[in-house]
Amino acid sequence: MPKHNVTATINGDETDFTCRTDQTLLDVLRDVLYLTGTKNGCGTGDCGACTVIMNGRPVNSCLVLGAEVDGAEIETIEGMAKGNELHPLQQKFLDHAALQCGVCTPGILNMAKSFLEKNPDPTETEVRFALAGNLCRCTGYDKIIRAVMDAAAEMRENAR
Amino acid sequence: MSDLNYAAPETVEAAVGLLAGDDTARVFAGGTDLLVQLREDLREPGLLVDIKRIAETRAVEIGADAISIGAAVTGAELGENAELKALVPGVVEAVNLIGSDQVQGRATVGGNLCNASPAADSVPALVAAGTKACIVGPNGSREVAVEDLMTGPGQTSLAAGEFVTHLVLPKPAARSGDAYLRFIPRTEMDIAVVGAGVAVTLADDGTCTAARVALGAVAPTVQLVQAAADVLVGSKLDAATLEKLAAAAEGACSPIDDKRGTAEFRIQVAGVLAKRAATIAWQRAEG
Repeated sequence: MPKHNVTATINGDETDFTCRTDQTLLDVLRDVLYLTGTKNGCGTGDCGACTVIMNGRPVNSCLVLGAEVDGAEIETIEGMAKGNELHPLQQKFLDHAALQCGVCTPGILNMAKSFLEKNPDPTETEVRFALAGNLCRCTGYDKIIRAVMDAAAEMRENAR
Repeated sequence: MSDLNYAAPETVEAAVGLLAGDDTARVFAGGTDLLVQLREDLREPGLLVDIKRIAETRAVEIGADAISIGAAVTGAELGENAELKALVPGVVEAVNLIGSDQVQGRATVGGNLCNASPAADSVPALVAAGTKACIVGPNGSREVAVEDLMTGPGQTSLAAGEFVTHLVLPKPAARSGDAYLRFIPRTEMDIAVVGAGVAVTLADDGTCTAARVALGAVAPTVQLVQAAADVLVGSKLDAATLEKLAAAAEGACSPIDDKRGTAEFRIQVAGVLAKRAATIAWQRAEG
């Protein structure tokens, strides 16, 4: 099996790794770099659990090959908090109890963060559409949407 | 896929050499279809040729007479291109219907075309817009109308070693408009049960002077419906024209019956969507 030597910037740190062609970015994050915050849900791009931010865009890391991220900038859930200070989205997910089992949460947080950077003052409908590619089988979504709306309000306040 | 290899050539020539030199090679663009097929063992290529590092596949150029869209341009990138959206809103909206925002960040126009699903959302809109696919291969380059690229579900007329570098659309004339609509039983994240793309050009008095109508998911390949275009050309947008358009669209359908829609339902919806898409295209043409 051919191996590929890859250098990517992951959460701000230049990172070298070696992977097989058939290893996805999700496999690399979890099994090579031990960044297990990114979760494996469906493996076919349907559930959004593995969402990371690649070159500024949210992507399903199960649909990206490790071999192709050479030179890319990747943000995972491990990079979201600044030290002990949670991102407003993370804090609001706790405040609103917007998670139960937690498997969908890292993907939803990354997707919501990326969305709010483009649209800081969304309607509830816009948030629901933005998160259409992230499945949650526990919460029924209501608390997730409330947490994102509340986080958006706080982030707008902080930006003043 | 134990010996699967990966290459990311930076020139068209290098990509053609890799594809022509290995009959198990597959073009790898956004990966949102291909990686799923690999995972499900539907395909077992020996080499993935990533075309995303080739400049020609990544550019969008709007010229005096034509629009060029690189095959590896993503849906998200097209959606952010305001100039393109103003010129061919139906095409951009169709591409943006594919999958979630995460999928939009990866899925490419060329990939949606070459995956050759009869239900591919971008294809009826591209056909309505008169798009040609620009193909390179070991024997040089050629152009083929998008409606002729797909030969059956999952099948294209691409020969061994060939791949699509970019798509070329004629720049719409003044007083032109296009639209794409699809039916899905949900509000988001689904595959078209029926899709309809319409492009029209109008004279100053509102008479249609040119039209193209294309239907998706109602036949083994996306259908360019000449009979439907013939109804529109020379007509104004009125109830009688729309009814004739619907009948022509229905007549072009030979759909499958499956859990997502019966054949009877798909045929009826094709007529309804053709009318609605034509109405939107007309309104856009009138500005």
